[in-house]
Amino acid sequence: MSKKMQQRRRERIDRGIKIRTEGIYALMSWRELAYLIMPRMVLIVGLLALPLVMPGLYWPRVISIVCIYALLALSFDFLAHYVGLVSLGGALFVGIGGYLTALLNTELGLPPLLAIAGATLIGSAICTLLLLPCLPLRGVYFAIITLMYPLFLARVIEALDIFGGTDGILGIDSLPNAWVEQYGVIIMLVVCLFALRRLVNTDLGLVLRAVKDNDQAVRASAMNITHYKALAVFIAAAIGCLAGAYLAHIYMWAGISIFALDFSVLPIAATVIGGSGTLVGPVLGCLILVPVSELLRDFGTLRIVFYSLILLAFIVFRSEGIMVYGQRKYHQVERWTKI
Amino acid sequence: MDILIYGTINSVALALYALGFALVYGISRLPNFAHGALYILSGFITWSALNTLGFNYFVSILLSLLVTGIIGAVIYQFFLIRVRGMEISEIIASYAIALAILEGLRWGGFKGMTYTLPVFISGSTTIAGISVDYQRLLAVAIGAVLVVCLWLFTRFTRIGLALRGMAQDERAALMLGIDSDVMAVVAMGLGSSLAAFAAMLLLPLGNIVVESGYNVLILAIAVCVVGGIGSWPGAVLAAFIIGFAQILTVVYIGSHYQMVVALLAIILTLILKPSGLFGQQKELEERV
Repeated sequence: MSKKMQQRRRERIDRGIKIRTEGIYALMSWRELAYLIMPRMVLIVGLLALPLVMPGLYWPRVISIVCIYALLALSFDFLAHYVGLVSLGGALFVGIGGYLTALLNTELGLPPLLAIAGATLIGSAICTLLLLPCLPLRGVYFAIITLMYPLFLARVIEALDIFGGTDGILGIDSLPNAWVEQYGVIIMLVVCLFALRRLVNTDLGLVLRAVKDNDQAVRASAMNITHYKALAVFIAAAIGCLAGAYLAHIYMWAGISIFALDFSVLPIAATVIGGSGTLVGPVLGCLILVPVSELLRDFGTLRIVFYSLILLAFIVFRSEGIMVYGQRKYHQVERWTKI
Repeated sequence: MDILIYGTINSVALALYALGFALVYGISRLPNFAHGALYILSGFITWSALNTLGFNYFVSILLSLLVTGIIGAVIYQFFLIRVRGMEISEIIASYAIALAILEGLRWGGFKGMTYTLPVFISGSTTIAGISVDYQRLLAVAIGAVLVVCLWLFTRFTRIGLALRGMAQDERAALMLGIDSDVMAVVAMGLGSSLAAFAAMLLLPLGNIVVESGYNVLILAIAVCVVGGIGSWPGAVLAAFIIGFAQILTVVYIGSHYQMVVALLAIILTLILKPSGLFGQQKELEERV
């Protein structure tokens, strides 16, 4: 049996159409254009159509939550796989964004959309400042410190009893209407996704990836790695704060539970399941994980057990993720060849 | 005076939390985020053995130490060994295990104030005018003995020496015929047993609450980070620093700040001196 198996091996070859569509020649036929555009269109149209095919009161809320987690997962994926900074602190971004928009809205009386924009910019500046001293840290140390920051801030708010203490800040304005609430976050997700995809292919993206792969080489090229890391953290924090600010306006509430570990763990799970390093993968992962966890809501905390087991299985046994697998099937043919 | 006594007790408790974590990290470089979960799990194993199966208390404790050690080894052998060396995957995988264990226990109905373990010896005594119960004194004494035993174990037994060899230089250890995979499994089993040991000593002082699993993990990380990851004297010293700092803040500022101190210690140490108080050997690897 095993001898027979040794005689053959699986061979992967790029599809002809993939090669043809790589250059400007893709413009020559509709079929090749479709090959290029179809996956992107399926995602964009699918996301935009979701609220239309899922009417009701309950599911639109779930769709918004999916998009918020997808934004967080996007920021995690960007930081971890394009800059090499593994941040376990999605909750830090969400918490700061949420609290800032709450303050801007209730204290200064800014309208929700302005408050969200303000919270995104100020929040990401604050997050960058907080993380600036830790940027030289590597690997597990950076991960630990980002995990501790949200816990620390939550305990500080609880202990000092500021910003409403354990009750949180109540009475945040909701977004103008249901359509804005629904489509605002979907459009922002799509914009962030494609902007990041473009960013990582520019010269800046090249430098960031170089920081990840070999920071000493970047240094030797007379580039300041801390500067680039800070810039990347600012971008990722902006996306995270945007998600947090939006969440606060959807719930019309900001409290210490927005520093909860959920916002750190679920995006990571989604990234691992969807395919890390692809940027689209995390969005797909959220589209799968969040509804599943909503469906399991009846089982109480069992759903956390369930998704942590999925996460474990994926990271240990199938670490490539759905998106990488899908891309391989889309772009390549596999066949058995004799050796 | 009460600061001194309760500070010492708190410090020994912290050291007990951290021993298992420090052992596993020092030897196989695995940041075992499931440590707190194993701590709580062993408490429930003992409780079940005692109340459901009706064993003797002493037998239940031994059983729990053994079972938790085996669970730790099994987790390592079947899951974590596959992501060995990929630190981030290790963190995520072990954290997923922790979540699964803790939330599983919560779902299984272990919540609320109803689960307690009996103390070894009830009653209390007074030291310099402060009343201290025997369980706390016993925890301090056994904790001190445990640290000494571990020190002897890692210096004078074959397995202990193999573990230390692996911690110092894995390739050299491999060349000398030490199977690093087996040793990592042994280390994880031992670390889990140490978590269970800490649980047996400290859980009788309060209720078995699922939430405290997360706190134990944070405290263990705090002690290890401040002391310098992988350094024993550093960990013990850090346990005393954080232990006394916590008691001082509780006495002079307020009990809300107890966890804030630990978290602040982690953040400050990582910013100012990421290798900790005593961890010089890996300084270059941690910082750019």
